[in-house]
Amino acid sequence: MTAGLNDAAASESSLRQFLHGLPGVDQVGADQRAASLATRSIKTSAKEFAIDLAIRMVDLTTLEGQDTAGKVRALASKAIHPDPADPSCPSVAAVCVYPDMVATAREVLGDRPINVASVATAFPSGRAALDIKLADTTDAVEAGADEIDMVIDRGAFLTGRYQQVYDEIVAVKEACRRADGSRAHLKVIFETGELQTYDNVRRASWLAMLAGADFIKTSTGKVQPAATLPVTMVMLEAVRDFRDAGGAMVGVKPAGGIRTTKDAIKYLVVVNEVAGPDWLDPDWFRFGASTLLNDLLMQRTKLRTGRYSGPDYFTLD
Amino acid sequence: MTAKFDYAPAPESRDILDLAPSYGLFINGEFTDGSGTAFKTVNPATEEVLAEVAEANAADVDAAVKAARKAFRTWSRMPGTERAKYLFRIARIIQERSRELAVCESLDNGKPIKESRDVDVPIVAAHFFYHAGWADKLAYAVPGRPDPQPLGVAGQVIPWNFPLLMLAWKVAPALACGNTVVLKPAETTPLTALLFAEICQQADLPPGVVNIVTGAGTTGQAVVAHPDVDKVAFTGSTDVGKMIARAVAGTDKRVTLELGGKAANVVFDDAPLDQAVEGVVNGIFFNQGHVCCAGSRLLLQESVAEEFLARLKRRMGTLRVGDPLDKNTDIGAINSAEQLARITDLAATGEAEGAGRWSPECDLPSQGFWFPPTLFTNVSQAHRIAREEIFGPVLSVLTFRTPAEAVEKANNTPYGLSAGVWTDKGSRILWMAERLRAGVVWANTFNKFDPASPFGGYRESGYGREGGRHGLEGYLK
Repeated sequence: MTAGLNDAAASESSLRQFLHGLPGVDQVGADQRAASLATRSIKTSAKEFAIDLAIRMVDLTTLEGQDTAGKVRALASKAIHPDPADPSCPSVAAVCVYPDMVATAREVLGDRPINVASVATAFPSGRAALDIKLADTTDAVEAGADEIDMVIDRGAFLTGRYQQVYDEIVAVKEACRRADGSRAHLKVIFETGELQTYDNVRRASWLAMLAGADFIKTSTGKVQPAATLPVTMVMLEAVRDFRDAGGAMVGVKPAGGIRTTKDAIKYLVVVNEVAGPDWLDPDWFRFGASTLLNDLLMQRTKLRTGRYSGPDYFTLD
Repeated sequence: MTAKFDYAPAPESRDILDLAPSYGLFINGEFTDGSGTAFKTVNPATEEVLAEVAEANAADVDAAVKAARKAFRTWSRMPGTERAKYLFRIARIIQERSRELAVCESLDNGKPIKESRDVDVPIVAAHFFYHAGWADKLAYAVPGRPDPQPLGVAGQVIPWNFPLLMLAWKVAPALACGNTVVLKPAETTPLTALLFAEICQQADLPPGVVNIVTGAGTTGQAVVAHPDVDKVAFTGSTDVGKMIARAVAGTDKRVTLELGGKAANVVFDDAPLDQAVEGVVNGIFFNQGHVCCAGSRLLLQESVAEEFLARLKRRMGTLRVGDPLDKNTDIGAINSAEQLARITDLAATGEAEGAGRWSPECDLPSQGFWFPPTLFTNVSQAHRIAREEIFGPVLSVLTFRTPAEAVEKANNTPYGLSAGVWTDKGSRILWMAERLRAGVVWANTFNKFDPASPFGGYRESGYGREGGRHGLEGYLK
């Protein structure tokens, strides 16, 4: 990170000044830009490319109170072979579960290059003391999580206690460190549906990036609205600008509410044209989703065979 | 190494459009042969001939004006509620045939299908719906005039940049107010006007209420100079506008002129930068810059100029230039060889005068008329590219230091059609709007058109307003 960016987080007041000095986001204009990108028509070879890329970017997710080892095992199997009928179908990027299910997921995935992501830090509300959040994180990392999806303290953010949010992210990132010195990747969830304004989304994005987030993520999936195209676009602008300003390259993960191939392709168009092709990679862009995968598989089969088979031909996991 | 996301061609189908090999003039509700020499209209993206179109000479124009005069007797006395029914019907047929109209417009004009589909044709329908609503409420159109009367026969001459949309701007208010019209579309883009003639037949519009005479400048002169025309409405270049003003001087004819522009898009350092970049791109590259209100001068506050230009250049790099019928095309073809020559010439002048020229890398098709999106930096007020209307995808970038200087530079032009202001500060928007001499001032947006909003210029940008209640005044006495 360059000196300028380091200075931004030097003190409570410099951090506030920096975040409030970011250029504003005009909501009407941002919505319009996202809507106009959504009219791109992605057909034939481009669609084929986009569908396979989208499958490779999926964080296949189950985050329910009713999750069991059986459910997680089924999900992990699906992550390996999303379409058992077609060996050419790529695997997804990761399986995303609660900390207590990390070991179960890893057991099924074995040493395949599919990550296990775990939510942590009193997900989804983030309302717990810092030491509990850190213990939650350590627990997940020790169980073998490759990626930690933390939530920020939205209450603190909305009352302007940016330093507190920053310090928490730094602390959680430290808790991601394993015994061997390596570190689990940290995704920072904003719950943009609670932050509401695009100005807040942009500030939260820079705040998290300054604190060292590897990924920034829209939502927990537990609050409506979850991911939207314009919110994701504002975050993609932020990671692009952060890299331009001398910061690290940071990934983006929209989560919740993306259910169809058509929607997923719109997101990829925005990634391509706003952040740039560098981000068109599972290392830098993910979809937090569960039902999306089956629609991607159906469209993939349709494209390859010319026939559209019903949902019964794809596994429910 | 990341693979590239190449958008495969996604062309809109031409099958929906059934063009005749040749078209006549539309006079008194019927297509008739013209007495002049028929001319060909081409697809500017390929130079392929689309159809042959009749040329109206003075005798044809006279026949059209006579038909309009005859129709005026019944049309003007028809209750407003009845006239409204025809306008509503036309609006609905336009919506039903919207894809066909969009394809035709993109073929004949060269504009991207996403614009003809999402902007031109929907606004055309909106104009007819809006004015249909006015037809029986004219008593409320002009303050202090409870019983306004139509003027008579309107002679209307429209340009090639928004062929069907300019037709709608002219025809809808004229008809709603009880006038009848003789309209001359531009010689390079007559086809959607001829499809509109078919729509008038389909809507059972009484013969003679709308007459369409195709041809070039001489046909237009005949329309404007015809002694039985009561109102002249023109949209086009300032030079032709001046000729028209001279031609009608001393007559009883009413005139509205909507002419050129050299609009300033003023970006302050507290602007929402990403949206301002979008607005600037939309302002100058929408419709290949063939827009009279195009934001062709970018005024940047010096404290943000460098950063803004970097963002603008990056964004220009993502513009897709090519086949107008491809749904992913952002910039289509230049409308004619003549226009391309003018743009090429002015751009060369910019370079010769010392401004810095920049275009993103882009492959232009070998057939047809094309010009890459282009940016000039280090432009000063004295440069021709800062003063003359280029009417193409060419942006001149100037800088300023204070709001007062921004106003001074923005107003330092003989034109005054539109302006854009980009700042997060509401009070500054109002301060600027009060001082900018332009008919339309857009704040944190650009190129927003609505039938309810009056549009028109100052000084060499013309006089009179189109759209809204103000637009109706131009067709009532």
